[in-house]
Amino acid sequence: MAGRLYTKSHEWLTVDGKSATIGITDFAQSQLGDVVFLELPNAGRKLEAGESFGVVESVKAASDLYAPVSGRVAAVNDKLAGKPELINSDPYGDGWILKLDLSGEAPKDLMDEDAYKKFTETGA
Amino acid sequence: MTMSARNLTASTPLRTPLYKRHVALGGRMVDFGGWVLPQQYTSIRDEHFAVRKVAGLFDISHMGRFKVIGDGSLEFLQSLLTNDLSRIGPGRAQYNLICNEGGGILDDLVVYWGEEDFTVVVNAANREQDLEWMRTHAPRAVEIEDRTFELALIAFQGPSAEELMPADHLDDLPYFGFRPGVVAGVEALISRTGYTGEDGFEIFVSADQVERVWDAILEKGAQSGVLPAGLGARDATRLEAALRLYGNDMDTTVNPYEAGLGWTVRLEKGAFMGRDALAKIKTDGAKRTLVGLQTAAGDIARHGASVSSHGRAVGSVTSGTHSFFLGHPIALAMVEVASLRVGETAAVDVRGREASAEVVQLPFYRGSARSAAAPAKS
Repeated sequence: MAGRLYTKSHEWLTVDGKSATIGITDFAQSQLGDVVFLELPNAGRKLEAGESFGVVESVKAASDLYAPVSGRVAAVNDKLAGKPELINSDPYGDGWILKLDLSGEAPKDLMDEDAYKKFTETGA
Repeated sequence: MTMSARNLTASTPLRTPLYKRHVALGGRMVDFGGWVLPQQYTSIRDEHFAVRKVAGLFDISHMGRFKVIGDGSLEFLQSLLTNDLSRIGPGRAQYNLICNEGGGILDDLVVYWGEEDFTVVVNAANREQDLEWMRTHAPRAVEIEDRTFELALIAFQGPSAEELMPADHLDDLPYFGFRPGVVAGVEALISRTGYTGEDGFEIFVSADQVERVWDAILEKGAQSGVLPAGLGARDATRLEAALRLYGNDMDTTVNPYEAGLGWTVRLEKGAFMGRDALAKIKTDGAKRTLVGLQTAAGDIARHGASVSSHGRAVGSVTSGTHSFFLGHPIALAMVEVASLRVGETAAVDVRGREASAEVVQLPFYRGSARSAAAPAKS
């Protein structure tokens, strides 16, 4: 599995062959505060890279989620319905959001960990 | 994901004397009313529960604090504020409003009647504007001094606050009473007031000693579950208690009767700023009123969301959040008078769709505050 990649809109993804796992970053969850609800697509939905696919509601605000890559929703993390706080406690593990079956190539503007870290420090 | 611009600080916000403590405790610092304060330290949920079950400690040093000094201070305050200070006396505090000539609310505040002068605590975002307004209207003999930067202010709130305060003889301090005292060896002014619906204290202490008091309260309460609490827990607890937030639930376009604060307007006390307009509004009847809404899990109605009844728009949400303690979202909404009654179902906009909302009795939650039903009516 390749390393974790990041978007400017604070999603992360890992790619394993033609499958990608998507979540929001630790920086994002820490900025949002306690997550209380997620509105997510059903399995089977087709997403284009950059398309809004759902909403994360924290105590503070509702924020749109954007697909980092194009693909079809293969799985949605069912645990989040009952335990949205997994986004806060384990954003890169049990707090994953979607699995996508990839269609096409990943966009070139995704960042690696160092680049993302720099991005959040210099004015995300 | 789009990040809230509120996290990003364009101009340098002010720091309270507890800034280093907040950072050391892992506080997530955000800009609030021109000040950098912790949104939360660990989790809003945990901090919220600490306040409701045991006690939480808040830094509220961002709030504006003025001394009103000189002959005629009482008469001056009576002429500017809506409530009647003659109903209290030295050692008592009173919830109050400043209105403009038209009866619009300029700010809400608490007035502390001290032995030698009055202390006024106002909203952080309105501090400079209030100061100018008060100075403009004050007679020559009355001085308004801004003490915001010399005095720190912290709030220790929760059902166990009295038991866990590192101070003696608090049992006889009445709700909305205050007096000088010693907290953790430091001289302070201790007030039985708050903004959470719980019993508790607000402690005025000099800025250079506040860390000592802060540390002592957290240390003494640690085993019992006391937590430092941030803005998130403060907003959730105040909203559950249906305590209004200036800038959200009221502003200059709202009058006290609409905000449900008619009890702070004492028309019979004599002339005061806004009295004629307020007397007319009272006679004619307010056109709008604040109501409480409860929605299903996930349906958080945010400030500005439109509210409708039977397909007709009747108003909008002024404050809304998810209440971890009650287990569902809650909101205050400013709506046409008599358009929504307790028990009825309204529709509210949530992320662009209509969600069902039940109109419920206020407050959403009644905490341990000794007289939460009628704050400041001392």
